[in-house]
Amino acid sequence: MNIFVIILVLLVAFLAGMEGILDQFQFHQPIIACTLIGIVTGNPIQGLLLGGTLQLIALGWMNIGAAVAPDAALASIASAILVTLRGADVSEGIALAIPLAIAGQVLTIFVRTLTVGIAHAADGKAKEGSFRAVELLHLGALMLQGLRIAIPAGIILAVPAELVTDGLNAIPEWLTGGLAVAGGMIVAVGYAMVINMMATPKLWVFFALGFALSAVGELNLIAMGIIGVVLALLYLQFSPDFNQGGGGGGSSSGGDPLDDILNDY
Amino acid sequence: MDEKNKFKLSKSDRLKVFWRSQFLQASWNFERMQNVGWAYSMIPALKKLYTSKEDRSLALKRHLEFFNTHPYLAAPVLGVTLTLEEEKAAGEDIDNAAIQGVKIGMMGPLAGVGDPVFWGTLRPVLGAFAASLALSESWLGPIIFFLGWNIIRMAFLWYSQELGYVQGGNITQNLSGGLMQKLTQGASVLGMFIMGVLVPRWTSMNFPMVISRIENAETDMIDFAAISEAANEGVLSGDMLRNVVADIQAGMAIQPEEVTTLQNTLDQLLPGVAPLLLTLFCVWLLRKKISPITIIAGIFVVGVIGYVLGILG
Repeated sequence: MNIFVIILVLLVAFLAGMEGILDQFQFHQPIIACTLIGIVTGNPIQGLLLGGTLQLIALGWMNIGAAVAPDAALASIASAILVTLRGADVSEGIALAIPLAIAGQVLTIFVRTLTVGIAHAADGKAKEGSFRAVELLHLGALMLQGLRIAIPAGIILAVPAELVTDGLNAIPEWLTGGLAVAGGMIVAVGYAMVINMMATPKLWVFFALGFALSAVGELNLIAMGIIGVVLALLYLQFSPDFNQGGGGGGSSSGGDPLDDILNDY
Repeated sequence: MDEKNKFKLSKSDRLKVFWRSQFLQASWNFERMQNVGWAYSMIPALKKLYTSKEDRSLALKRHLEFFNTHPYLAAPVLGVTLTLEEEKAAGEDIDNAAIQGVKIGMMGPLAGVGDPVFWGTLRPVLGAFAASLALSESWLGPIIFFLGWNIIRMAFLWYSQELGYVQGGNITQNLSGGLMQKLTQGASVLGMFIMGVLVPRWTSMNFPMVISRIENAETDMIDFAAISEAANEGVLSGDMLRNVVADIQAGMAIQPEEVTTLQNTLDQLLPGVAPLLLTLFCVWLLRKKISPITIIAGIFVVGVIGYVLGILG
């Protein structure tokens, strides 16, 4: 493993760590983070497959208000390193991703507590009216979040490869088999988190309809997406809740609910 | 004219605020949450509007107050606040409490829109679609996810900030009115529908536990012994093979035993019923305030035990 690979892996880890808090460009999402690790380590297909699988598990991991979700960044980066550089299977990577997500969650809570100090330092600099100092403090906190993932990634890289491989091989078959089984079921928690946030009594019928239609194998996800958007638009047009005033909103839309807001704007 | 323009933010000022707002959460902390990020985003505007050290200090302090909302829905609040700051700098009587009041008043309802629309619908739907591509080894998966998300996100950040800037205080009225509610409800319909589709398709649960074994009568079975004998003696003919295929198509058994697993029974009942029940159970647990991590740990335990006992596989 040459030095460039190490630097690139650490860079990707740093990027994922920053995005883990920013939640903007989504470099911390498994499908991006694992794929990037796969590319820089020369095992792109493994990274892609791991990313796709982990993405399904992490669908519902979201930070709402002050609540901190399991951390997709550390889970993606660390398990991608183990899979692409240390010979773990994709299924082992998934099993390891869950404890890693919890570890990442603990780490981000730690950094988010440290940054209370940064907020107070910013108060002090505000008294002096120094924009520059406030900016530097803010970006410094971002660096801390980057290191939160880059340091664990560095530690995993520093541990001798044989040690990691021996450790992985030492896991008994009943455990890996069981974890693989559990890995297939864990997706349900993510779905439940999303459903739990959106479900109102009126909306369960759409869940039921989706469940029934899912048995029709010919309908792929794009077709399902179209059906879903049509349902949403019909619902908005016909639901009495929205028909006091103008009504018919979104009929000019090209399909994406965001178009509505842009059209209205 | 010049005097008035001094207190007007140009498009490039607003673009700088837009760019910086992407780093809103960099120093997210448990005490005042997005407060430093908010001040960081406002700095290009404050720099232009206030020149004396004293004014700058007051402005910074004003914007280091508590703030927290969905990171994208901060954009319209920023837009409104930019207008307020322009007016304040031009000498209108707007006190700190008024500005903080607008921020606090907007952040709650807006977070209530952003969470279901972005985290609850757009990311799971786009993520699931991209993941399905990735699992078939297509590079389009991550590419579509990255480009799709960021184009939508950046367009939203910029246009909603401009909307807030142009409309000023009126925006709160617009937002609490029909538009935002429609967006949230429409997104939730789509999200619930897609979740219904995904639950049985992508949760993999298999119960290989054997419920019954029925021995097939010899007359119902294809006589493989005769075929292998014929093959060994070199007298296997096309007609014999044709007969075998015809027999299979006619429903004759291939195995000496008919094995029915728990999974076969469940599939006959309703395909995907086990993932459905698991998901609903998880929703119920979440509503009982059980943390997701506890549920995940529980599923691991169940998975390992089920696998060892041969119920799950």
